Amino acid sequence: MSDKLKEARQYLMNYSGPGLRVMEVCGTHTHEIFRLGLRQLLPDQVKVISGPGCPVCVTPADFIDEAVWLGLEKGVTLCTFGDLVRVPGSERSLAAARAEGARVQVVYSPADAVDYAAAHPESQVVFLSVGFETTVPASCFALEKAERDEVDNFSLLTANKTMPQAYQALKGAADVFLYPGHVNAITGTGLCRKLAEEEGISGVVAGFTARELLTAFVVLLKKYEEGKPFFVNAYPRVVKEEGSPAGLAMMDHYMEACDAEWRGLGTIAGSGLKLRDQYAAFDARTRFAVPKMEARTNPACRCGEVLKGACLPTDCPVFGKGCTPLHPVGACMVSGEGACSAYYQYGGLLDKKGRSDKNED
Amino acid sequence: MKTNSEKKVTLAHGAGGSQTNQLIHDIFKKYFDNPDLTGDDAAVLPMEKGRIAVSTDGFIVSPAEFPGGDIGKLSICGTVNDLACMGAIPRYLTCAFVIEEGFSMDRLDRIVASMGRTAREAGVRIVAGDTKGAGRGQVDGVFITTTGIGVIPEGVETSGSKARPGDLVIVSGDVGRHGCTILLAREDFGIEAEVTSDCAPLNGAVADMLTVTKDLHVVRDATRGGVGTVLYEIADQSGVGIELTAKKVPVQGPVRGVCSMLGLEPLYLACEGRLVIVAPADQAEGLVNKLREGKYTRDAAVIGKVTEDMPGRVTMVTEIGSRTLLPPPGGELLPRIC
Repeated sequence: MSDKLKEARQYLMNYSGPGLRVMEVCGTHTHEIFRLGLRQLLPDQVKVISGPGCPVCVTPADFIDEAVWLGLEKGVTLCTFGDLVRVPGSERSLAAARAEGARVQVVYSPADAVDYAAAHPESQVVFLSVGFETTVPASCFALEKAERDEVDNFSLLTANKTMPQAYQALKGAADVFLYPGHVNAITGTGLCRKLAEEEGISGVVAGFTARELLTAFVVLLKKYEEGKPFFVNAYPRVVKEEGSPAGLAMMDHYMEACDAEWRGLGTIAGSGLKLRDQYAAFDARTRFAVPKMEARTNPACRCGEVLKGACLPTDCPVFGKGCTPLHPVGACMVSGEGACSAYYQYGGLLDKKGRSDKNED
Repeated sequence: MKTNSEKKVTLAHGAGGSQTNQLIHDIFKKYFDNPDLTGDDAAVLPMEKGRIAVSTDGFIVSPAEFPGGDIGKLSICGTVNDLACMGAIPRYLTCAFVIEEGFSMDRLDRIVASMGRTAREAGVRIVAGDTKGAGRGQVDGVFITTTGIGVIPEGVETSGSKARPGDLVIVSGDVGRHGCTILLAREDFGIEAEVTSDCAPLNGAVADMLTVTKDLHVVRDATRGGVGTVLYEIADQSGVGIELTAKKVPVQGPVRGVCSMLGLEPLYLACEGRLVIVAPADQAEGLVNKLREGKYTRDAAVIGKVTEDMPGRVTMVTEIGSRTLLPPPGGELLPRIC
């Protein structure tokens, strides 16, 4: 371990300031914080809670129902990121729909879905566009490609979301937000700075390596002790004040803000993105006249509260019993970035005895 | 006359008639030739003293040829390594082919040549074989099954249930390279990296270790599920905990890079030329030093220890000095999406 890392580790372990709740709002942070065992280093008064940062987790069951309907009733080929395949809908997941004959193709980027559509002109191909500002430009890039190459059998089923509105909706759920570095790399830092100055919402932009995460925690604890709302970009290697103008322009060209439903948080005004009217031809909802879905979810599942930081995965009655990564009841158990999955995979929290003071060379 | 490169395998090649004989003569005999491989219905072999180890394995890798190896090399290494893990000296192999109609004769030639080369290197004789043809689409290219017999020397007793608290855990080289190579060779991700499979016969490495000590508690080869899966199996069978130190686990730079891009854990990527060894602590250094002299085991390292606490579990001391659970195997390998 380098001296800097050791120093940061010592600081975190010996923090004796006021208690606080830190909420990470990025699925990759959730995963990395568990993988590193960062919670085990922190003293009891520092609580780390997971927020709505996993795109698969916040996607409501209605969206799965819409996709299943398109697959089974309209016979379209659904192209999707792998994480979505096992997320439960009202009646069935995409995996179950596939078993009943729906065509579900896992892709690794939206552009792959356009390639697939171009290679299968006899099929209608719908890409399931979920994700935050980090993935939206890729969906827009795919649209640009489809438009340019006249791939007419391609469309998007959108459930994209934007972050700043969620922070406002979650105000009070946490004392400090650990902002998702990848989102800020696109959006820049202006909005987060404004949240601190105008609304008193504190936060730190964090990177993803051990060193970047430890640094972000040291910074936020030191700042919190000072007692004033703050914003710090602790990931300047990647995140610039202005973000990615090219990515933002791409998004703005194809998409506009809309109200969006978040699993657990309900509808947040202006927190979603939909295709602009002039691109309605690429909107699967328009193209196939998708009916409004009224999803039902398992009442025992507490994913909604987990996503708000209102309860821990381990407080849920079905966690680890009826609900496991192989047989998920709720979305947060499906994705590797989901809080429930991370708690389950990494053994809840090995208690503080798990903190190792050896092997420090 | 057609050259191999134009020729394709047809159903007649696997039907048992004259074309089958031609195939055996032109390709299999050419590369497998040895005194124990005869035209009779079964190989006749001398009985040896002591105990024998027997293992069988089927191979269906796609693509059939990849950087660092091919399905032929794999089919020899897989079975040789299974035998070696019991401390056995591999002696004889049999092989069965199922070949898809239309498979290139040239590719088959390369694959069989690779098997012959690998078998010779491992010191095993291929003593019996079978070839079947399958219609187009019924198999993907070529499937190979090998069965091996080896002889276990006096005094060697390895088993997955013999790990004891205090033992050290050794891995014979960097982890996850085969899985990473196959992942990239399938070109689903549009990622390019200089990675070659670790596929290799390891009977020599086991024989070398036995010159240091016969008291090897566990020797396992990490295959499909990677080193992580093997460690969980050992923890379960022996009723012990295993504690790894993250930074001691050897992982090649490009493999680490690909894993971090796709959100994969290198410990769960397949290996085809890596041993996991559990041995008494006082033997570990000698074993690692011996392994580091070997061709396929230069990066051998102690990566952890066997503990009494956390039975059935594998934990990891992370790079920030916390102890976490290594997520148990079984989840799907799903890349993260943002």
